[in-house]
Amino acid sequence: MKQLEQGSWSPYLAGALTGVVSVLSVWVSGKYFGASTSFVRTAGMIEQLFAPERVAKMDYFIKEAPVVEWQWMFVVGIFVGALIAALTSGSFRLQAVPDMWAAQFGANSTGKRAGVAFIGGLILMFGARLAGGCPSGHGLSGTMQLSVSGYIALICFFTGGMFVARQLYKGGAKP
Amino acid sequence: MNILVIGLITGVLFGFLLQKARVLRYDKQLGALRLQDMTIVKFMLSAVIVGMIGLHLLSDLGLIALSIKGAVLGANVIGGLIFGIGWGLVGYCPGTSLGALGEGRWDALWGILGMLVGAGLYAETYPFMKRTLLTWGDLGKITLADVTGIHHWIIITLLAIGTLGLFRWFEKKGL
Repeated sequence: MKQLEQGSWSPYLAGALTGVVSVLSVWVSGKYFGASTSFVRTAGMIEQLFAPERVAKMDYFIKEAPVVEWQWMFVVGIFVGALIAALTSGSFRLQAVPDMWAAQFGANSTGKRAGVAFIGGLILMFGARLAGGCPSGHGLSGTMQLSVSGYIALICFFTGGMFVARQLYKGGAKP
Repeated sequence: MNILVIGLITGVLFGFLLQKARVLRYDKQLGALRLQDMTIVKFMLSAVIVGMIGLHLLSDLGLIALSIKGAVLGANVIGGLIFGIGWGLVGYCPGTSLGALGEGRWDALWGILGMLVGAGLYAETYPFMKRTLLTWGDLGKITLADVTGIHHWIIITLLAIGTLGLFRWFEKKGL
């Protein structure tokens, strides 16, 4: 068995419990896990501050209206839940550069990390919206329902990710 | 109960479990993409198998409605690969980025900002996508059972056995 960090749970157990929560969510409220649509809604809310008439006429913001709904609160909840778990297990740590990143690019590469994370986030979300979902919507909810789109998307997520990770950590030592 | 409150509670549970399993971290996500640490894969597949069984049980009993996303090869494949490229750079996905922020990994903030910009950019290109990629290879809302003609419980059983075999292999290899 892989050594587990103190205060953490087995990923098999936590994953299985996540499966139970996602089934209960569908049963109780008819809602499937997903996250990336909420970023569209939030982007719409921000753009509304500057150009409300323009936002009102855009197809995509008509399809995914800039409002707070179930999934938006779900995504806020992920932040709160992680904060609670981290504080109660003593694993909360303010960190500007992840350990693996620091080992490859140096601990003082905060600016570089910020730039790469921003560009990565931008590309990722564009892709998620084109694909119709992210690892929550396609990777969990889609594959659970045996939906073909979920399996295709998940395989492509990992294919693209493994390619970039390989380039980024070329010649990098095993941590 | 108010649907927004239910969304928040569901998100808190999900975020708590994600943090407990330590799958929110950049190091874990890149660890999987570098094929060195399969923690997130163990978490995801455990959730998927449990969710798969639960959702199909409830659906067969007529207690819930499945919600299949349409398979559009052009959008799923190209969007999925673009997502993967961004994911490899940022090291968080849309849902986990908020969770990572919750446990203090504040480089996720740059990723979240990028994701919002990416969502806004996609909204600008949506009319174009709707005429092109979103129509390429549209197979409709199909499942693995539809494609193969095999009963869904047989597919679920095979996927569960395959996943357990994969888990055994991960543990043997110390991934």
